[in-house]
Amino acid sequence: MENQRCKGMRDFLCRDMACFRHIEDAFRTCCIRWGYQEVRTPTLEYLHLFTATGTLTPSKLNKIYSFLDWDGWSGERVVLRPDGTIPVARLYINNLSEREIAKLFYVTNIFAFEETGRENRERWQCGVEFLGGAQLTADVEIISMVKEIVCKLGLDNIRLQLSHAGLMKALIRELGLSSIEEAKVTDRILDGDWQALLEAKTAKPELNRFLSPLLNLKGKSSDFLQNIRALCPGASADFKSSMEDFINITTLLDRLSCGYEIDIMAIRGFEYYTGVCFQLLVDGKKIGGGGRYDNLIPLMGGNAPACGFALYVDPVMELLPLGNKKGDEARVLIKGEEATPEIAKTCFKLAQSLRERKYVVEIDFSEQTHDGLHWIILISGSEPCRFDVTDCKRQQHWNVASETEVFNMLAEQN
Amino acid sequence: MKPQSEYIKFALPKGRFLSSTANLLNEITLNFGGYNSKTRQYRLQSTNFPYLLAKIFQEKDIPIQVAIGNYDLGICGVDWVEELLTRYPTSALIKISNLNYGEGHIYAATSCQTGVSSIDGLLAKRTSWRIISEYPNLAQSFALSLRVKDFNIFPVWGAAEVYPPEDANLAILWAKGKKELEAKGLKLLAKLLPANASLIANRESLENKDLSKILSCFNNVPMNKNRAAVSYSEDTVKSEVVEKFRWQPEKIRLALPDGHQQLPAAEFLKRVGFDIQGYTDGALNRRPSVNLDWLGIKVIRPQDMPLQIANGNFDLAITGNDWLLEHLNRFPSSPAIKLLDLLFGKVKIVAAVNKNMSVANIDDLRLLVRGGKFVPLRVASEYINVADKYLRDNYINPYKLIPTWGASEAFLPEDADLLIDNVQTGRTLAQHKLKIIDVLFESTACLIGNKNALSSPDKEAKAEFFIQTLKKGLL
Repeated sequence: MENQRCKGMRDFLCRDMACFRHIEDAFRTCCIRWGYQEVRTPTLEYLHLFTATGTLTPSKLNKIYSFLDWDGWSGERVVLRPDGTIPVARLYINNLSEREIAKLFYVTNIFAFEETGRENRERWQCGVEFLGGAQLTADVEIISMVKEIVCKLGLDNIRLQLSHAGLMKALIRELGLSSIEEAKVTDRILDGDWQALLEAKTAKPELNRFLSPLLNLKGKSSDFLQNIRALCPGASADFKSSMEDFINITTLLDRLSCGYEIDIMAIRGFEYYTGVCFQLLVDGKKIGGGGRYDNLIPLMGGNAPACGFALYVDPVMELLPLGNKKGDEARVLIKGEEATPEIAKTCFKLAQSLRERKYVVEIDFSEQTHDGLHWIILISGSEPCRFDVTDCKRQQHWNVASETEVFNMLAEQN
Repeated sequence: MKPQSEYIKFALPKGRFLSSTANLLNEITLNFGGYNSKTRQYRLQSTNFPYLLAKIFQEKDIPIQVAIGNYDLGICGVDWVEELLTRYPTSALIKISNLNYGEGHIYAATSCQTGVSSIDGLLAKRTSWRIISEYPNLAQSFALSLRVKDFNIFPVWGAAEVYPPEDANLAILWAKGKKELEAKGLKLLAKLLPANASLIANRESLENKDLSKILSCFNNVPMNKNRAAVSYSEDTVKSEVVEKFRWQPEKIRLALPDGHQQLPAAEFLKRVGFDIQGYTDGALNRRPSVNLDWLGIKVIRPQDMPLQIANGNFDLAITGNDWLLEHLNRFPSSPAIKLLDLLFGKVKIVAAVNKNMSVANIDDLRLLVRGGKFVPLRVASEYINVADKYLRDNYINPYKLIPTWGASEAFLPEDADLLIDNVQTGRTLAQHKLKIIDVLFESTACLIGNKNALSSPDKEAKAEFFIQTLKKGLL
């Protein structure tokens, strides 16, 4: 019987893991340098955590992996973490809420059922949450961080798209729909179906003056938003204050020469976002996104404004060139000519001493060939053993008589 | 003769849609001899189409049987189709057509006594929703679509209507209409979907197999609205006596079994001196009354009792050891425990295979499975957790569990290879040409309770009195 992998799950092979670690290292280094601290939440959470805030759409909740635990006779369902941010918000409320500001990051997997089984149902993401940061500088900080990480990874042609969830929600309210209709339109938009807004707008033709340019044009500076604001003098106070916030953030980004494009309809799945939200694309592929979510923690019983982002590891892995992630340590192979007790002992002892000197050392008693080595040391004979040292890079060869001579030789040639 | 794979296999329903489905099949010339409410056989052959075979199933089993490809076509209520598709949207199941007959709807309902008259009213209460249903997937989807923030779903085998208001605040259930709900003391809050009969097909069969002759018969389904299984008018609903009793804290809350277990349980209770109107007198009132003011009684399915006891909805219940074990295999740390063996209703839980299979015991079966004879072994059972544990403990691998809702013996040999089921005399198994290869355990009726202490010494004393009274029946 063939042991098959579960549908929608993936194996990370050695090369994949090297690529994964490369991304993770770039992300962690950047976060630590910006003063963020790492956390990790459990894989299992209660379903209640994700329904309690009412922020996730039914279509997203219907894709959650949920089941009854071994002690789930009360009907309390547990889920495989479907989202990175909500568990970190829980962790913050449970443990860190006395801190005025908590800057946290994590590398985690999230699970969502994908119907065809051809896409990944387990996805990895590198996430950052700035909890307690109310000022627009916090939004700009996380946007700057994510751009820095993506640049460090060497990705080109990055597009940063900006939208504003508060502005969208105010806009939907402008339509003057019944509460049930409004909820329906909101759910459709959250699931990425902007047609809902375009269909609904005809009911209020006076909105067309600014709705059409706002939705269809792609501004590249805060001037675009200033122009839109000039077109809607009669808009609600909510709309105006969201617009003000959006203009202030884009103005600061302009000053920092951080390029972006305002594309209101580009962003989907902003369930819990309340303010500016963004996504990053490379070659049309979405590699990350985030935004401000001031209501989430209050809805969960805490009290903190927040913003954050996640970088999606799986698409980034596909974009990075393979094979350039090898370690730059000098790799040494110690080959025992035979597995006699004396040769084996000498091999293991020499390997240990070299590892203490920061070499990467493999031991081998077979005839197999190895790639990517700097040194091969063949150990043979007895009382005492002989050391045959080859510098593979320079194609040079020496016979030496003791461990000490081996150390000196390697140090000299390095 | 056509090879077996070219036969067209049709899954037909027992129960509520049997008569109307039989009438329809006759009208469109797809007659199956013997498909009527008195039938004792499960396997049927079409009189007009010699290559069309049918098997009769519990309606709930039909979407699963068609989805996994055991049957090419099936007829069942759209409620059971949606129950499967809601949870498993990628099932290989295609809804072909609505058959223009059906009965009632799936409703969301609460107790008349709660004073809630709409879903918004329930949402406004901001309590945790306890939802009872035979349709747990539809129930979950309903709660998610309303963005209910905190809910637990209690799946039951039946009698969902008796749980509100004490043991659930919402029931998702099938009923013929509003009056039937009201007669059961329930208030209709929402209609989820009509329970119409539907013709369904397996996707692969539809893609790769010639079903055209059979499908074309269904093109002429008459729009006959009078084909309802039972000529039914809402006005004829008999109002059940819904006792307005409350689960008062000092009362002992007792669950008694319906179905096969009712008669022996009633006899036993009568023998020890309990006179329960609407139960021991042979009638069935879901809330029977007894002349003890400290005892509140509901009649529910024995399968559902351990979970209800674990959740503290009932203090005591009379069920079977088999269902207690099934529950404990699923929830090993559950507080539901056996208090007293009642010795009646003895059955054996057995493993059985087709008579012609060359195995005498489970060790032989293991060797056959290891030899790759089954890929995988298909195991039909009402006791899926008992079956799962039994197969793991006996190192049977690979296997696939097919949950069933009664009449499991009819699954073998076409649709399952092994049966884990209860037997009283073994006669039914013999009739279906099955043989027992192992006895898992013997089961009798028992009194169960929650191992965590009752809420007051007074209640404990009353429970103890009840146990001591039952003990008299064992002498």
